Amino acid sequence: MRAARDAYGEVLVELGKENADIVVLDADLSSSTKTSVFAKAFPDRFFNMGIAEANMMGVAAGLASAGKIPFASTFAVFATGRVYDQIRQSIAYAGFNVKIVATHGGLTVGPDGATHQALEDVALMRVLPGMTVIVPSDAEETKQAVRAAAGHVGPVYIRLGREAVPDVFPAGATFEIGKGNMFLPGISREQVIAAPPSTLEFDVSFIACGVMVKECLDASALLEAEGIKASVAGFASIKPFDADLCLALARQSRLVVAAEEHSVVGGLGGAVCECLAENYPARVLRIGVLDRFGESGSGRELLEAYGLTGPSIARKAKAALR
Amino acid sequence: MWKLQSEMEGGGPSIEYVEEMASRLRYHIIRMVGAAGSGHPGGSLSSSDIVAALYFGGILRVDPRNPLWSDRDRFVLSKGHAAPVLYAALAEKGFFPVDVLLTLRKMGSPLQGHPDCKKVAGVEVSTGSLGQGLSLAVGMALAGRLDKKDYKVWALLGDGECQEGQVWEAAMSAAHYKLDNLRVIVDHNHLQIDGPVEKVMSVEPIAEKFSAFGWETVSVDGHSVRELLEAFRRPSAGKPLAIIAETVKGKGVKFMEGVAGWHGKAPQGEELDRALAEVTMREKAEERGQ
Repeated sequence: MRAARDAYGEVLVELGKENADIVVLDADLSSSTKTSVFAKAFPDRFFNMGIAEANMMGVAAGLASAGKIPFASTFAVFATGRVYDQIRQSIAYAGFNVKIVATHGGLTVGPDGATHQALEDVALMRVLPGMTVIVPSDAEETKQAVRAAAGHVGPVYIRLGREAVPDVFPAGATFEIGKGNMFLPGISREQVIAAPPSTLEFDVSFIACGVMVKECLDASALLEAEGIKASVAGFASIKPFDADLCLALARQSRLVVAAEEHSVVGGLGGAVCECLAENYPARVLRIGVLDRFGESGSGRELLEAYGLTGPSIARKAKAALR
Repeated sequence: MWKLQSEMEGGGPSIEYVEEMASRLRYHIIRMVGAAGSGHPGGSLSSSDIVAALYFGGILRVDPRNPLWSDRDRFVLSKGHAAPVLYAALAEKGFFPVDVLLTLRKMGSPLQGHPDCKKVAGVEVSTGSLGQGLSLAVGMALAGRLDKKDYKVWALLGDGECQEGQVWEAAMSAAHYKLDNLRVIVDHNHLQIDGPVEKVMSVEPIAEKFSAFGWETVSVDGHSVRELLEAFRRPSAGKPLAIIAETVKGKGVKFMEGVAGWHGKAPQGEELDRALAEVTMREKAEERGQ
């Protein structure tokens, strides 16, 4: 169990040691986003911009224009919707090498309520040309994703959660921008793509990101107990989207379930539907927040209330298979 | 032909030379906007002396043969709608052929309606959504300090643009980080699309605002090359410098001067002929004076 944001703080320091061009900006939330760890290690390369996110994004773009690799962090609501135009005009249009790493994404922000629960951030970032969008499933995948983002030239949005989450990233697996990973069963992405049609015979294939990977693993266990064969793929890289793996899974399955801690509009579920509708029309069930705002509660209570836990997902998948 | 290096005096370019270049920029602006059939002549003309002083007054250290030279000074046109004046200056400076100017706003042209840094050498950042350029300039200034470079970062803002809150977020951060390598020029032409800035949403007292935010400030006549160059050459005072340049919107074309309607409208037909006659006459008069 570890919070992805703790892993973010650690990997930032590692990257800071390896590359003097890495700089970090925050908007008065460094103790929550964990950029404070970098600030302590590299005070000269850390810029607290105060409660002024629009300026932070512009300053990050200016730093990038002069060859720096800026990581700009705050909560996901403030890192996207609040500064959408700054990201669009100053960063994405110019193609600047800015890494936006947002924490406190999704419902599991918890008691702070709807104002602080970003449920639209992935949709907003996904629609921007040239933007890479990553939602890692746990601490290990976060570390790898942040490293990959630092090595990628171009703007990147990474969304992390607030709470500690179980370690689910398969041992020995590698995160790559544009590629998903198989979390269940124990076969690789390449094996799924290479498998002849209808040989794997999954009843249901889960395509999930963030904390929903763990919930889908739980749902799979419940389904397997009832003799329903399931696979779980982690699509941390929402954009670029792993169309090869998505299509291969659809060809091997009776049902595809896309699951995310985000609105069902415009996020991972949207990407899955776009891919399949155009290339291989298949039955898709979207699990996410149904076009509504969140509310206060514990992360667990909220996931349960919004139907985003393993048992609820298993029930819905079973009903859809009938 | 237009004189370039030959105009230089011992201590740098002469005031007359910079004034000639400003006239030349105005001539290009009217020709470009006229050919495009759309664009923003008013705020381009009000900025012409400022931009000419920066690019041709020995202020900006840039090299058209090496546009990404890491030691270059950076110029950010935050009021991106004044793209024609920037394009004209870059073309005259040799970043791209002058002929290209007449493709402004046309399909396939690198000269987009608002500056695109991916398409035009010498354009540092993409601007057009107002209020964002000063933040970009702050980032460049921070990078220059980190890299121990001595380059300066210049940002040209409109006065109406100062209604955007982000300008003040950026102003606060520039003073907080004591960015004495950063200089802002406000093209204070007193007009915006809907009318006088004073009536739409007053930004006064603008110099005092920057001063209260922790900046060094100076007010100049934005059409006096001598005053502009003096302000531009001021030594750093350990904090960012804001130069409030009093200007006239549409300066150089009599019927456009002080008329808000010429913010974003291209002169066409007889109006274009009249505008061209004014800027061309000026140019010819100067040529005769050579």
